[in-house]
Amino acid sequence: MPKPLVSVRNVSKHFGEGEARVDALVDVSLDVMAGEVVGLKGPSGSGKTTLLNVIGCILEPSAGQLVLNDEVVFDRKWLTRDLRRMRLERIGFIFQAHNLLPFLSVVENVALVLRLAGQSEQAATARADELLTYLEVSHRRKAMPAQLSGGEAQRVAIARALANQPRVILADEPTAALDSERARIVMDLLRRVAVENEASIITVTHDEKIFSRFDRLVSLRDGRIDA
Amino acid sequence: MNLALRDIRHNLGRFLLTCLGLSLLLGVVMSMIGIYRGLVADALGIARAPAAQIWVVEAKSRGPFAEASRIPGDTREAIARIAGVADSGSVTYQSVEASFRDRPLRLYVIGFEPGRPGGPRLLTEGRPITQARFEMIADARGGLSIGDVVTMGRSRFHVVGTTTGQVASGGDPVVYVTLKDSQRLQFDLTPSAQRREQARGASGGSSDIVNAVVATLIPNASTGLVADTIRRWKHLNALSQEEQETILTRSVVEMARRQIGLFTSLLLAVSAVIIALIIYTLTIDKLREIATLKLIGAPDRVIIGLIVQQALAMGVIGFGFGLALILTIKDRFPRRVVIEPSDVGVLALVILAVCILASGLGVRLALKVDPAKALGG
Ligand SMILES: Nc1ncnc2c1ncn2[C@@H]1O[C@H](COP(=O)(O)OP(=O)(O)OP(=O)(O)O)[C@@H](O)[C@H]1O
Ligand SMILES: [Mg+2]
Repeated sequence: MPKPLVSVRNVSKHFGEGEARVDALVDVSLDVMAGEVVGLKGPSGSGKTTLLNVIGCILEPSAGQLVLNDEVVFDRKWLTRDLRRMRLERIGFIFQAHNLLPFLSVVENVALVLRLAGQSEQAATARADELLTYLEVSHRRKAMPAQLSGGEAQRVAIARALANQPRVILADEPTAALDSERARIVMDLLRRVAVENEASIITVTHDEKIFSRFDRLVSLRDGRIDA
Repeated sequence: MNLALRDIRHNLGRFLLTCLGLSLLLGVVMSMIGIYRGLVADALGIARAPAAQIWVVEAKSRGPFAEASRIPGDTREAIARIAGVADSGSVTYQSVEASFRDRPLRLYVIGFEPGRPGGPRLLTEGRPITQARFEMIADARGGLSIGDVVTMGRSRFHVVGTTTGQVASGGDPVVYVTLKDSQRLQFDLTPSAQRREQARGASGGSSDIVNAVVATLIPNASTGLVADTIRRWKHLNALSQEEQETILTRSVVEMARRQIGLFTSLLLAVSAVIIALIIYTLTIDKLREIATLKLIGAPDRVIIGLIVQQALAMGVIGFGFGLALILTIKDRFPRRVVIEPSDVGVLALVILAVCILASGLGVRLALKVDPAKALGG
């Protein structure tokens, strides 16, 4: 029996106290295997982004345990000291609003995360070009993010998320800005990455047209996982 | 790849415009300091022109620049006989509303005895005064050149030589004339007033009055001793060159110094606030990018570097432009503007400190940014 790459155990998260208390996640448990592509769905405010942020070590849970890649990252408190370093090396993020740095060119945006991880300028650029070729946007390598189409920008953002070969890739509505044809291409790409890199991919989505592209759909309602 | 530099290049127009604005502000700060230095330099220039070691003035007066001083014209002979005095000369100082090419021209007239201390030292053009009357050495600041004819009182003076950089502490350009001419200008009555005095039976009075006697000493003579000897005459006071310079910088320029000092401090405070605001808004405009950097795992030093480097770049470029600007236009000011390297250095350090402090504000803001902001979920 293979071990899960991402293991969320009895995680709760609430914001505020007393009258203003919002229970965004209530006793959520979720395991995701290597190579698995999981979709997170549910009505607005059901806790999808909150769960993604917890897995991405951006948001501190109120209770529970988080295990990434066999390392207990959180158990009532953060156990990993340099969370940012961990995000840099082990987790890839893909955002709805791609969030490329507007002042860096396409290839520099991708190379940046490699540089931050300690690679030389040359090695980083070479690897960035390789990724851009893989994602079929290498012809735009010199362009600035503002000059890209939505689909191109999203593919660059995916290249950036994959740069450090993370085993965990988190995406928040990555296809919301794309037409259904492009959305399908992106999803196929993510699947290929999951298989080739043995990565776990967790994607928040509202988009019913791509529900069929997931190995598994997890549905959230009022902070709880629906059966 | 340097993020600060890339961001600057991405918003180059805006960055340069900001630098330009800052440089104008810093240029104004520098010119204020330069105007003050110019004021002091001008005041001291006049006092240093005679190359005197002792100033003999009216008793109880701290003249001739800070206060009025009138002493008899024969004082010089008495001074010349004092042991230790090498050379001496009578001088007069007065402001005159002259007329040149039918336009009024304010001049600071120095009367001196040719061949004695008190006259112009370095001529840039022309020759010294050789005639006893109606010749003039003029400073280029007044726009006069050799051959020009200037009317002062009822006389016409010919410019025979020029100097540069000599103006009174009030800013009027200096002209030199013979002592005789200057005494006529200063002390002679108009013909009608003279006739009235004569009709009254007044003796006509002596017009042999000067404002000061400047003296140089022989080597190794004691300034204090000579001054004490002079003060024994009850109607005279003696000031050393040092005392004269102190009087000028303390009392004559003091008000201007405080005025300009306060204004410069205000300008510096305004510059500091503006620099802080610029850096703060630059940071606010980048919050999303900063959140993204945090999210993808950039350490704090990358984010701090981005803000501090931009603040420094802005400070350095703004300061450089400002300095270049003031150096280009300083000679166009109607009065002397002196840019001292030490002032530039101190101001540079102040601006550097302001930039670093101001970027501290931006850094605080940046470090508080929640990386989740980048997700926009
Ligand atoms: N920082 C916060 N402070 C307070 N409440 C929050 C915060 N972030 C989220 N919430 C609340 O937690 C609940 C879950 O929010 P979350 O963003 O996870 O929903 P979501 O499923 O992603 O919704 P959507 O589909 O609209 O993006 C909501 O009620 C939300 O108002
Ligand atoms: Mg959301």
